Amino acid sequence: MASDTHVPAHQETLALREQFDTAAQQKDASTFGMWIFLITEVMFFGGLFLAYTVYRHLYPDVFDVASSSLNVYIGAANTVVLLCSSLTMVLAVRASQLGQKQMIVLFLVLTLMLGFVFLGVKGYEWTVKFQEHHVPGMGFHLEGLTPDNAVTQGHAQLFFSLYFAMTGLHAFHMVIGAGLLMYLIFEARKGRYSAEYNTPVDLIGLYWHFVDIIWIFLFPLLYLIDRHLGR
Amino acid sequence: MEPKLPLFPEAASAIAGDVDHLALFLLVVAAFFTVLIFGTIFYFAIRYRRRSDRELPHVQHGGMTLEILWSVIPFAITMVMFVWGADLYYKESRPPDNALPIYVVGKQWMWKIEHIEGQREINELHIPVGRPVRLTMTSEDVIHSFFVPAFRTKSDVVPGKYSTEWFTATKPGKYHLFCAEYCGNRHSSMIGWVYAMDPQDYQNWLNSSPPSSTMAENGSKLFNGMGCPACHKPDGAGRCPSLVGLYGSAVHLADGRTILADEDYLRESILQPQAKIVAGYGALMPTFQGQVTEEDVVQLVEYIKWLGDKSEGKTPAPGTQGEPLTIPELRGK
Amino acid sequence: MITTAVHEREHYLNESYGIKSWLLTKDHKRIALLYLFTITFFFFLGGAFATMIRIELLTPTGNFVSNDTYNKLFTMHGVAMIFFFLIPSIPATLGNFFLPMMIGARDLAFPRINLLSWYLLVIGGLFALFAMLAGGVDTGWTFYTPYSTTYSNSWVIATAIGIFVAGFSSILTGLNFIVTVHRMRAPGMTWSRLPLFVWSNYATALIQVLGTPVLAVTIILLFCERVFHIGIFDPALGGDPVLFQHLFWFYSHPAVYIMVLPAMGVISELVSVFSRKPVFGYHVVAYASIAIAVLGFLVWGHHLFVATQSVYAGLVFSFLSYFVAVPSAVKVFNWTATLYKGSISFATPMLYAFGFIGLFTIGGLTGLFLAALGFDVHVTDTYFVVAHFHYIMVGGTIMAYMGGLHYWWPKMTGRMYPEGWAKLSALIVFLGFNLTFFPQFILGYMGMPRRYHVYPDEFRVLHVLSTAGASVLAVGYLLPMIYFIWSLKYGALAPANPWGATGLEWKTPSPPPLHNFDETPIVTHEVYDYSTVIGEEIQVG
Repeated sequence: MASDTHVPAHQETLALREQFDTAAQQKDASTFGMWIFLITEVMFFGGLFLAYTVYRHLYPDVFDVASSSLNVYIGAANTVVLLCSSLTMVLAVRASQLGQKQMIVLFLVLTLMLGFVFLGVKGYEWTVKFQEHHVPGMGFHLEGLTPDNAVTQGHAQLFFSLYFAMTGLHAFHMVIGAGLLMYLIFEARKGRYSAEYNTPVDLIGLYWHFVDIIWIFLFPLLYLIDRHLGR
Repeated sequence: MEPKLPLFPEAASAIAGDVDHLALFLLVVAAFFTVLIFGTIFYFAIRYRRRSDRELPHVQHGGMTLEILWSVIPFAITMVMFVWGADLYYKESRPPDNALPIYVVGKQWMWKIEHIEGQREINELHIPVGRPVRLTMTSEDVIHSFFVPAFRTKSDVVPGKYSTEWFTATKPGKYHLFCAEYCGNRHSSMIGWVYAMDPQDYQNWLNSSPPSSTMAENGSKLFNGMGCPACHKPDGAGRCPSLVGLYGSAVHLADGRTILADEDYLRESILQPQAKIVAGYGALMPTFQGQVTEEDVVQLVEYIKWLGDKSEGKTPAPGTQGEPLTIPELRGK
Repeated sequence: MITTAVHEREHYLNESYGIKSWLLTKDHKRIALLYLFTITFFFFLGGAFATMIRIELLTPTGNFVSNDTYNKLFTMHGVAMIFFFLIPSIPATLGNFFLPMMIGARDLAFPRINLLSWYLLVIGGLFALFAMLAGGVDTGWTFYTPYSTTYSNSWVIATAIGIFVAGFSSILTGLNFIVTVHRMRAPGMTWSRLPLFVWSNYATALIQVLGTPVLAVTIILLFCERVFHIGIFDPALGGDPVLFQHLFWFYSHPAVYIMVLPAMGVISELVSVFSRKPVFGYHVVAYASIAIAVLGFLVWGHHLFVATQSVYAGLVFSFLSYFVAVPSAVKVFNWTATLYKGSISFATPMLYAFGFIGLFTIGGLTGLFLAALGFDVHVTDTYFVVAHFHYIMVGGTIMAYMGGLHYWWPKMTGRMYPEGWAKLSALIVFLGFNLTFFPQFILGYMGMPRRYHVYPDEFRVLHVLSTAGASVLAVGYLLPMIYFIWSLKYGALAPANPWGATGLEWKTPSPPPLHNFDETPIVTHEVYDYSTVIGEEIQVG
C-alpha cells in the first residue's frame, strides 16, 4: 500500500497523500472538492443577489439613476480584461497538461498581470466614487435624482451599498486569486507541474473562472440597468 | 396563600374558541401518536429483550406497503391540520369592515394607544365587548409584537410599515397584553392590560375622560399647520390630488399600476411621497420623514380616512369647499 | 488477563506524544478529539448560562440578575449552544472520527482542511468568548434587526465575527464529508451498503455547504449595517428589517437539520446494533435524510407567520412545512419497526436511543402544532416554541450525541465506561429533561412570552417545576463527564467489537491504529448483516 512507502522530499509534487490509493483518486477528489467549494461561493454571492433583487424591485427609478452614474466604458473595458485573463488561464492549464513548463509560467504571469489591471481599474473607479461622494455613510450625495431628497438619497445609498459590497467581495476574491497565482508561478518556475501532475493549476484555474463569471453577472446588474434596448 | 396553578388560558375573544378547538385536535393527534410510539417501543423492548448473547433475529428488510401507509396516513392528517390552521389564519387576516379602528404605536418600552375619539392610553387598551376591533400598529424603533393571550392573537409591530390585528372580545374582563418580540433591555416590562367592557361601560369610559379633540381634528390641525391644503385642495383643483374619499379607493399610479389606498399607502405617501406617484400629477411633494412622528402620522391618516367618511355623508358637513377644512364634533355620534 | 498485548500495541493515541503532535495532527481521529474538548467546553459554558437563566426564573420578580444581564444570559446561552456546540457536535466529533472508518478509508479526503476547520471553530469561539467576557451581547441568538444593528449597546460585532468564522468551519467540514463519501469508499462499499450514520452526515453536509454561505453573507450585511449604517435593514433609509429575518432563517431553519440529521444517523446505528437487526426500510430511511435536507430549505418562512409576511406566503410555507413531517415520521416508524422480533439489549446507548425516539416524537409532533397557522399565531414567540425546539435539540440531538458517545467510547479510548452509572445518568437525563421542558408547553399555551426576565405570578408554579427539572438535568450531564474521565484510567479494556456491531469501525482494534485499518477492508456483505458477527467472539462490556 502506498501509505507505507516514504516519498523523498524532492518528489513531493508527485506524492500521493496517504489517505488516497491512486493518483487518479486524489486528483478526482481535489477537483470534486473545488466544485463543491464553488457551489458554496454561489450561495454566498446569492444572498447579495437576493438583496439586490429586492431593492431594485422596490426602487427601480433610483437604481436607474444611480446605475447611470457608473462609467459603462470603464466597466466594459474591465470586463474584456477579465475575459482575457480567463483565456490566458485556460492556456496555462492547457500548457500544464501538455507539460510545457515555460509556457505555464508565461501564461500564469499574463493572467496575473491582467488580474492586476482589473484591480487597478477597479481601484480607480472606487477613487472616483469617493471623490463624487458616492460612498455610503461618508457625506453621501448623488446628483440627478428626481425628486432629490433624503428619502431618495437613502435609496441611492442602498444601491451603492450593494455596489460596494458586491464589487468589494468580488475584488477580495480577485486578490485571493492573485495570491494563488503567485504561488503557482513560484512553483511552476521550479518545474513542479507536468503532464502527470497539474492539479493545483487546474483547481486554481476553476477558481479564477468562477470569479470571472461572478463579474459577468455583476457588470450588467450594476452598470447596465438603464440601458435597455430601445431606450 | 396557595400558589395558583392555572393550566389553561382564559378564552375571551370570538376566535379564541376556534383556536382552542384546533389545539385540542392537535393535542389528540399528538397524544395518540405519542402513546402509540411509546407503547410500541415499550412492548417490543420487553417482549423481544435479548435472552442470550448468541441469538440472531430473523431479518426483515422492510415492506413497501408499510412505508407507503405510514407516509400517506400521517400526511393526510397533517393536511387536515394545514387546512384548519390556514382557515383560521385567513380569518385572522381579514378584519371586518365595521371594525372599530384603534391606533397603536410601540416604542422601547411602552405601548401608546390612540382612539379615534382622541383618547390616549399608555400600556392600557379599553375596548367594547362584542364589536370587532381593528388595530393599526407601527413602531418607532425596533420590532415589537402585540400579544393578547386571552384573544389568541398577536402580530409583529414593525418600524416602517403598518401591521394590523383584529379581534372581537366576548367577555368583559382585564387581560394581559405582552410584547412578544424581544425588543431590548426592558422587553419584559413592555406589558399592559386590555380592558374589555360592556358597550355601555365603554361609552361611559369614553365620556369620563373626554379629550379636547378627536384624532381627525388633531390630524386636521397638523394638515393645515404643515401647509398641506395649499396643494391638496378638496375639489381636486390643486396641484396635488384631492384627498376627499381617497381612503379605500383605487388609485391609478403614474407607472400604470393601480393600488388600493389603505393605511400603509397613506403613511408611505406622507413619509415617502415619491414612492408612488398618482397618474396625472407631478412628483412635487416633499418628504415629511423626520418632520413628523409616527403618532402624528396616524393622526394624519385618521384625518384622511375621515375625509373619506365625510364624502359619503356619514358625518356632518365640513366647511365650504376651497377653505381649509375644519372638523366638526365627532364625539357625540 | 490478555490486557498487556493491547497496551503494547501502537495506536493513534500512543504513536506520538506532545502538544505539537496534537495541534498539528492531520489524523481525523485526533482532530475529532480536539473537537470533543472544544464543544464540551462550550456545552458546559452554555449550560452554566442556562443554569443562571433557570435560577432567575424561579421567582417572577427578577431578583437574581438584572434585566440587562438576563438578556445577555439567554443570548449567550443560545450562541454557545447552537453555533459552538450543537452544529459541530455530532458531525465534527463522532462524524469526524467514524465517517472515514465506516466507509473503510484511512482518513478524510482533505486532512489539512479538516484541521483548519477545527482551528476556525476555535478562532470563532475565541471571538464569541471575548464578546462574552468583555460584557456580553444582548440581541438574542437571532440578531433581529434593527435592534441588533442600531439599538443594542453590546458586543454584536465580535459575536457576529465569531459566528462568521465558525460558519466556515462548518462549511469545510461539510465539503470534506461530501468528497470523502463520494471518493474514498473502500472496495465493495457501495452506496446501499453505507451505514445510515454516513447517509445522514452526508445529508447534513449538503445543508452545511448550501446553507452556511448564506449565513456568512447575512452576517456581512449585518456588519456593514451596524458599522457603516448603509440602510439595508433600516426602514428609515428605505431598507426592510424583515429581509434580515428571511436571510437569517434561510440558513437557520436548515441549520436545525444540521443539528438533528446526524442525531438521526446515530439512532439508526444504535437501534440496529442493539436489536441486532438491519434497520427496517434501510433505503427509505436513507432517502428520508436527503429529503429532509432538501425540504428543509423550503420552509424558512414558517418563522415569520406573524412578522407581517403576506398571508399567501404564510399559507405556502405552512403547507411546505408539513412535507418535512413525512420523512421525519417515516424514520420514527422505521426505527420502531426495527425493534419488532429483534434481540433487544438495554445497554446505555440503547436507553439513550429509546429516549431520543420518544422525545423526538414529542418534539416533532409539537412542530406540527406550530406549522398550523392559526395555532402558531397564538404560541409563536412563547414558551411553547422554547419547549418545542428544546425537545428537538436537547431531547433529540443531545440524547443521540450522548448515546453515540457511549456507544463509540470504547472504540475511541479503548476503555469501557461503567455501565451502571451510565444507565443511571441516562435515566436522570430523561426524567430531568421532561420535568424541565414539559411544563414549558403549558406555559407557552398560557401565553408566557419568550425572553422575559420578569413574569406575571400565575406562571410561577410551572417555572418552579421547570427549574427543578433543570437541576436534575444538570446532574444527569455532570455524571457522564465524571465517569468518562474516570474510565480513561480505570475503565475495563475494550475489545475490538464490544457490542457485536457490523460496521467497519468495529473490525479494527480499540483504539484504532493510526491509519484505521491494518489493511484496506474489502466489503463483501450487505450493511447490518449480523450473521457475520455472531460467529465471532461477542464480549459485552
